[in-house]
Amino acid sequence: MSHSTDYIGKPTNRVDGPAKVAGTAKYAAEFNVPNLLYGYVVSSPIAKGKITKIDAAPVLALPGVQQVFSHENVPSLAWLDRSYKDDVAPGGSPFRPLHDAEIKFSQQPVALVVADTFELARYAASILHIEYEEEAHETELVKHIDEAYEPGRGKTGYKPPKSRGNFGKGWKQGVAHMEAQYSHHAQHHNPMEMFASTVEWLGDKKLNIYDKTQGAFNSQQYVMKVFGLSKDQARVVSKYTGGGFGSGLRPQYQLFLAVLASLELQRSVRVSLTRQQMFSFGHRPETLQHVALATAEDGSLTGINHFAVAETSQFEDFTENVVGWSGTLYDCKNVSLGYRLSKLDVYTPLDMRAPGAASGSIALEIAMDEMAYAAGLDPLEFRIRNYSDFDQAQDLPYSSKALRKCYAEGAAKFGWDRRTATPGSMRDGKLLVGWGMGGGIWDASKQPAVAKASLDADGHLTVSSGTNDIGTGTYTIMTQIAAQSMGLPLDAVTFVLGDTELPEAPVQGGSWTAASIGNSVVEACTKLGEALLKQAQKMDHPAFKDAKIDDVEFANGQLRLRADATQAVVLRDLVQASGEPKMEAENSTTLAKLELLKPPTHSMHAHNAVFVEVKVDPELMTVHVTRVVNAVAAGRILNPKTARSQVMGSVVWGISSALMEESVMDHRFGRYMNHNYAEYHVPVNADIHDIDVIFVSEEDDKVNPLGVKGIGEVGLLGVAAAVTNAIYHATGQRVRDLPVTIDKLL
Amino acid sequence: MNTFTFSQATGVAAAVQDNAAHDGAAYLGGGTNLIDLMKENVARPTHLIGLKKLGLDAIENLPDGGLRLGALATNADTAYHPEVEKRYPLLNQAILAGASPQLRNMATDGGNLMQRTRCYYFYDLATPCNKREPGSGCSAIGGYTRVHAILGASEHCIATHPSDMCVALAALDTTVRVSGPNGERTIKFEDFHRLPGDQPERDNTLEPGELITGLDLPAKGFEKNFSYLKLRDRTSYAFALVSVAAALELDGNTIKDARLALGGVAHKPWRDKEAEALLIGQPATADTFRAAAAKVLTGAKGQGTNNFKIELAKRAIVRALKQATEMNQALDANAFQNSNP
Ligand SMILES: Cc1cc2nc3c(=O)[nH]c(=O)nc-3n(C[C@H](O)[C@H](O)[C@H](O)COP(=O)(O)OP(=O)(O)OC[C@H]3O[C@@H](n4cnc5c(N)ncnc54)[C@H](O)[C@@H]3O)c2cc1C
Ligand code: SF4
Repeated sequence: MSHSTDYIGKPTNRVDGPAKVAGTAKYAAEFNVPNLLYGYVVSSPIAKGKITKIDAAPVLALPGVQQVFSHENVPSLAWLDRSYKDDVAPGGSPFRPLHDAEIKFSQQPVALVVADTFELARYAASILHIEYEEEAHETELVKHIDEAYEPGRGKTGYKPPKSRGNFGKGWKQGVAHMEAQYSHHAQHHNPMEMFASTVEWLGDKKLNIYDKTQGAFNSQQYVMKVFGLSKDQARVVSKYTGGGFGSGLRPQYQLFLAVLASLELQRSVRVSLTRQQMFSFGHRPETLQHVALATAEDGSLTGINHFAVAETSQFEDFTENVVGWSGTLYDCKNVSLGYRLSKLDVYTPLDMRAPGAASGSIALEIAMDEMAYAAGLDPLEFRIRNYSDFDQAQDLPYSSKALRKCYAEGAAKFGWDRRTATPGSMRDGKLLVGWGMGGGIWDASKQPAVAKASLDADGHLTVSSGTNDIGTGTYTIMTQIAAQSMGLPLDAVTFVLGDTELPEAPVQGGSWTAASIGNSVVEACTKLGEALLKQAQKMDHPAFKDAKIDDVEFANGQLRLRADATQAVVLRDLVQASGEPKMEAENSTTLAKLELLKPPTHSMHAHNAVFVEVKVDPELMTVHVTRVVNAVAAGRILNPKTARSQVMGSVVWGISSALMEESVMDHRFGRYMNHNYAEYHVPVNADIHDIDVIFVSEEDDKVNPLGVKGIGEVGLLGVAAAVTNAIYHATGQRVRDLPVTIDKLL
Repeated sequence: MNTFTFSQATGVAAAVQDNAAHDGAAYLGGGTNLIDLMKENVARPTHLIGLKKLGLDAIENLPDGGLRLGALATNADTAYHPEVEKRYPLLNQAILAGASPQLRNMATDGGNLMQRTRCYYFYDLATPCNKREPGSGCSAIGGYTRVHAILGASEHCIATHPSDMCVALAALDTTVRVSGPNGERTIKFEDFHRLPGDQPERDNTLEPGELITGLDLPAKGFEKNFSYLKLRDRTSYAFALVSVAAALELDGNTIKDARLALGGVAHKPWRDKEAEALLIGQPATADTFRAAAAKVLTGAKGQGTNNFKIELAKRAIVRALKQATEMNQALDANAFQNSNP
């Protein structure tokens, strides 16, 4: 039976939309606490070497300058590497800002100037004289492939790729073959909101920290360990985040600097980074990849070989799953996979939307296109012939997998059957038309998280969890879930997040938030429901006397009998009768934690298939992506509206990766040279044309009770490859080094 | 950004005097370039002279049939001025191919001429740059040169002038009106910007303290056959890799008069009168266009990562001339390339 308070699965406007549009949503750099000081970061001009001199005296002499922090005057802080490791730190020794004179990467923060105004701090920073002794740096990955090594100590959760069967044999068995090298360059997350922390000094080392982060608890833990603070001395608040894409998964150095300055000066301090400085920390690592494929007469894959080398810093081993997906997505007995890292004088790379998979799927999905041509098959037909019905990598059945539907519904919507295979064979007037496709696979995972449901005497439900909303729609879908769970209208429910005073939640990333927090919200609401039923029974309500929780339902603001909806009691009345101002319940994470320890019984993944049309000017070689259909299988879709936005954003990013986006490093300086929005190109509206998003139906009762898989990342997969494949189809030119800028086609 | 003083000038003479009275003074138009450069510490003026109250924002017809653009008219007001749209559509297209609506609303015509290069190294104090700091060396040579010159560069600097508007102004034979400590004078557009030579710190031939007061367009606007073609890394809001302003006067299929200027390829808007001469008197055919394109690029030199711009420029010239010839048909077939979103 459906209720007016059934919200799950319905397109719902963002509950935080009005606050964002009206400007009342405050971001980390917008908390204007009284007596605020401003810190400005000074960045290293060199990539490697030592600071030999810092002449702070003239700067300190400026009226209004409070302090210049550098390695020369930082107090002694936590000593062990462990203290600097955050929840998602990779193996190695985390970077410690202002720790010593050593320069490890270009744009390294070397000093913080703190002054009464931002303008003064910035000016003072510009005249701070620092001398360096330069050493030769190495930043060019291609020159260091030979030194690449297999990372032993990865990030938590990182598993080295597993080979199976015998690729050499599979290669020989094949009648058609392809083998090629692929590459793409570094990318920086560049969310609109620059990184910032406003630290409010409340006296006695008690701090309120407004931080730009994807995980308030992660920032809190870091600050506590590094500065030796207790939990209530370091409250971290992050209610709104102006985009993250992974950049806020680890605490960034402005947090360290702002807390340091605040504790030392015993004042409130804000440190915000400039756009240029947004290129001074984590990024999607450049990778160089090699793929070889072989097929039998019938087009079935007899061998897959995928090898990748990625950059990391000198001090940490940043690992991600680049090649593993190639052992899962298609059916094949002989799979050889390899992944290595090479140390360069750069900052440690960082998870960026669909980390690893976005990079790996570029190589795999272009290679699949090349193989389809070599085998004389349509790229879609080729993929269908190699469909994986069983996860051979994990040796597990899929909990659900509706990728076939993605292929069918996506192709139908796109009109793929009208494609003629020969490159250059399709035209629109003078323009060359190309149709290409690709796809991908992403983990459906879930982390333990706590949520609390609290109903007050006015019948208003507040549900809280210390997660984040990086713009993905967490506020909205959690409100929907809670409202439906308790049978309340949306406006009678408030979801609160982004505060370490709230129940603990993991960082917002990995597309796990909908599943992790969503299921916790359901559990908390169920517990609250049980308490409400008990209260009804206490009140001697005859209809509920022997009722079990399964006999009742919550709808239209009432608790009522499923069998007889006229037997009902208003929720508000139950709270009032309890004599307490509110009734509360929290879910327990014991089971969820145990589940993580158990070996999985199913392979749980989201999938997509994407179809792309490009039009290319045959003389000028300008490329436009005129049409994209992205069909996604991601379990239950909680809110088609916010989900669609996620996938649209992914498509735009895929187009960006395919055609324009890259952080360009000048290796002579070891420095990214296009470090601003004018030169770091991402698509503008005029680059984006039709985008069609399809969510194919996919029911999954094994992945988690809500049946959701997360849609933050899967939509990106295969998009860049599909664009590149479409360019090949239009022009006959196979570009394997992304982005495909105009010079590569001329 | 350094500390500076500010005054709002109310008259041309007062502005010029104020400038002379301060060491390191700078005029402030829309501020879309200067303020950015100040934030990056590339420009460190000690005194800013605001120009917005000079009353130089009018766009007026001249007795000789030309049009005068006030130096303080915004790029947006200029592009959308009915006389510009009607008589100088090439200028309209070029302006609208640049920057973004927000920037064009702020940017002034004088400031547009004076905007500085977008060379990545010029903007980054961590890298040496002769234009920013004479004698320190040119980091771009041997580096990342996507937005750098293929024509007229020197061993001291390979930067380009980034303007779109100026490419059309060069093609249209504009005259720049200036006022300075030594009075008023006019400068032919082709003489306004200069090549880097051994003085890359000088972008143009303005004398210290001189103020641009206006731009005079001659009567001839080539409103029937023109094209501004801009090729860039995304469809809008990116500087030109190569841009072409082409304007033709046709008599049947014969070219009676021609103008050809390129952007994104040199330290100044690159007008090529010899190439124009190759067009004049010839039939408007692909062969004619190719000959002109070949002439423009004779002597072009790539810097490595920008070698492709030589071939791209040739193709762009041919296309722009073709579009100018076949005004109506060209627009839809090449809607993407020719659009000014
Ligand atoms: C992100 C971005 C993208 C852009 N993209 C493009 C593009 O694609 N194409 C393009 O053509 N342009 C582009 N621009 C540049 C833009 O056109 C210029 O910044 C603008 O035209 C400068 O005008 P302004 O009035 O703001 O100059 P200001 O910033 O005020 O001044 C620039 C310089 O001119 C001097 N000056 C100003 N007025 C006068 C005067 N009357 N007499 C003498 N000197 C004067 C100033 O002292 C200063 O040195 C872009 C700018 C940005 C920031
Ligand atoms: S090209 Fe010119 S502006 Fe660029 S670094 Fe060299 S000297 Fe400086």
